[in-house]
Amino acid sequence: MQNMNNFWTVLSHTYISKIRSKQFIVTTLLTLALILIMANFNKIIDLFKGGEDEAKVIVVIDETNKLFTPFEQIVQTINPDLKLTSEDASEEDLKERVLNDEIFGYFILQLDENQLPKGTYKAKSLTNFSIPSDLNNALQQLKMSVAAENLQLSGEQLQILNNPAQFDEVALGSQGKSQEELSQARGLVYVLLFVIYFAVIMYANMIAMEVATEKSSRVMEILISSTPPITQMFAKIIGVAFVGLTQLALWLGVGYVAIKRNLNDMTGGFFSVFGFENTPLSTIIYAIVFFLLGFLLYATMAAFLGSLVSRIEDVSQVINPMMWLIIIGFIIAVNGLTMPDATFITVTSYIPFFTPMIMFLRVGLLDLPLWEPILSIVLMILTIGIFAVFGARVYKGGVLMYGNTGALKNIKKALQLTKSER
Amino acid sequence: MTLRIEHVTKKFGDFTAVDNLSLTIPEKEMFGFLGANGAGKTTTFRIILGLLEATEGNVTWNNEKISYKTSPYIGYLPEERGLYPKLKVKDQIIYLARLRKMSKKDAIKELDYWLEKLKVPDYKNKKVEELSKGNQQKIQFIAAVIHKPKLLILDEPFSGLDPVNVEILKEAVTELKNAGTSIVFSSHRMEHVEELCESLCILHKGKTVVSGSLKEIKRSFGRKNVIINADFDLSFLQSYPGVVKMKKTTEGVMLQIEGEDVAERIQRELHGKGFVRKFVLDEPSLNDIFIEKVGAEYE
Repeated sequence: MQNMNNFWTVLSHTYISKIRSKQFIVTTLLTLALILIMANFNKIIDLFKGGEDEAKVIVVIDETNKLFTPFEQIVQTINPDLKLTSEDASEEDLKERVLNDEIFGYFILQLDENQLPKGTYKAKSLTNFSIPSDLNNALQQLKMSVAAENLQLSGEQLQILNNPAQFDEVALGSQGKSQEELSQARGLVYVLLFVIYFAVIMYANMIAMEVATEKSSRVMEILISSTPPITQMFAKIIGVAFVGLTQLALWLGVGYVAIKRNLNDMTGGFFSVFGFENTPLSTIIYAIVFFLLGFLLYATMAAFLGSLVSRIEDVSQVINPMMWLIIIGFIIAVNGLTMPDATFITVTSYIPFFTPMIMFLRVGLLDLPLWEPILSIVLMILTIGIFAVFGARVYKGGVLMYGNTGALKNIKKALQLTKSER
Repeated sequence: MTLRIEHVTKKFGDFTAVDNLSLTIPEKEMFGFLGANGAGKTTTFRIILGLLEATEGNVTWNNEKISYKTSPYIGYLPEERGLYPKLKVKDQIIYLARLRKMSKKDAIKELDYWLEKLKVPDYKNKKVEELSKGNQQKIQFIAAVIHKPKLLILDEPFSGLDPVNVEILKEAVTELKNAGTSIVFSSHRMEHVEELCESLCILHKGKTVVSGSLKEIKRSFGRKNVIINADFDLSFLQSYPGVVKMKKTTEGVMLQIEGEDVAERIQRELHGKGFVRKFVLDEPSLNDIFIEKVGAEYE
């Protein structure tokens, strides 16, 4: 009971002092701003479009004397922003007008030896990539219809020719999710992978720093004379977890609302590709479970690693190997997005350090039998338990230890210090 | 409420930091731990507090083992000073007091009292990193006493303070003692221990060299000091029987002698040799005892 009280005192102290810290406020606000910018990206682009909005004028020199009108109609259906005018001007004159920015470019429409249309597009620079391709498409269509006319095909025949071939994909077997479902899931998994990755790196680092700060400022000795180190360690981990959840809830909440508001404009665009519209509930639940487990695993590791060093400068040194684990896991996961059923993905998804990212990817993309995620969750919980017990012992000895030897040596020394203690 | 240390030994690997230490520290007294650096003072304190487990022996307070259950009654000023550098004085004192089961309200009241007492009332809302080292130490002292402990352990409380602040802190410590707090403190400054403590022990390489009440220790040490200022040459006293040590001063000599009778003989010896401006028989200082006891170990 006594220690339970202190557990809450340490927890709330950790939480409140973190939430009130300048660093927390600044990162939270900056990220919020970034999220709002991202969510309103299309509007912002529109804002800057202002000057470019007027239709781009392209002068067509129609040497065929008959194809300008059908060509213009086709171009209009492809890109209504282009304004084509037919002029009888000389190339020299047009070149000058292009260079003076009076017109965007000009197009020479000709007939080749087979009496089929061909064209040349000339502009100041070719950095605008969509206009030539739009013109090219229009020209292709024009050529088709001219050729069809020359071959005297009927409208029906022409339609048959124009119709695209039917192409379907069917997934066989129990692991099959439809292509549509897959791309949605992939988008969500991708986003959540990033969230897990950054959150674990950020908050694990926060915990290690916190422990090292208390140690380097020597406040630790007073702390452990009033609160058992194990209580302290877990109160701190949970406290930072709450900080993380607060931050993520804020970010995801604002992000969700912002995207929802813009969703109408965006359906069929970027966001539907990323599968935000109908996410299965199970994926969200798995995301939360794996996020929390991943956080606990890495936080426990970070806490005991942080207790091994006596200076803040040394934190990154002991934390590095752990960071590599997260980065490796992330790289495997990103690779796994395109081939979630590869053997190395299956194998690595059971390694507890990688489970939060890779098993999550598998449950998100594949139809796994329930025992697979459950087995990996059990493995993770066991690992967290082992790390917690081991970490708490190292922490207990580590916090009394100052001086600067290698990390492994420190672990040994810390365990010796704790060995016979209550 | 007696603190009993019974046959405590602490080994770190092959190194014995505390060797079969037995002490009884009476209630409501001030007890001094003397010892050179590395004598085992801090290790002993950590064992008393339960931060380290003794390899052998045990420590009881009020016939009970010191544990997290008793932590609200114990105050500790560690030798390694440390507070949260980025936290305001108020916030961290409240936090540390709450960890020792004091309510926030009481902690604030007590904090105001102590800030006033130690003449630093303006620091309440300052960050610790903005304070000078001496002032940080005062805050640290407040952190140790804020929850009104019954047993207060101070590891080198006066080191790093200027004379004015040493006096302020001494006053505070004395006040706490008079209010009934049992205080254990360590120092390598003899005069502080001499001034404040009823009882003390001298530690050397983990062993008790001397322990008991200050008066007792001085009496049993036997040797006394004699200060003589005279107009004539006193160097013959160097080899005088019963003189242990002689140190020349600007106006005469300072002798350490084996006992009072030696002083008498010297006084008679000086008679007729010339004018003696000053002849003082003095108690040995703790410093003399310390050097004698600890220095002897080196030889």
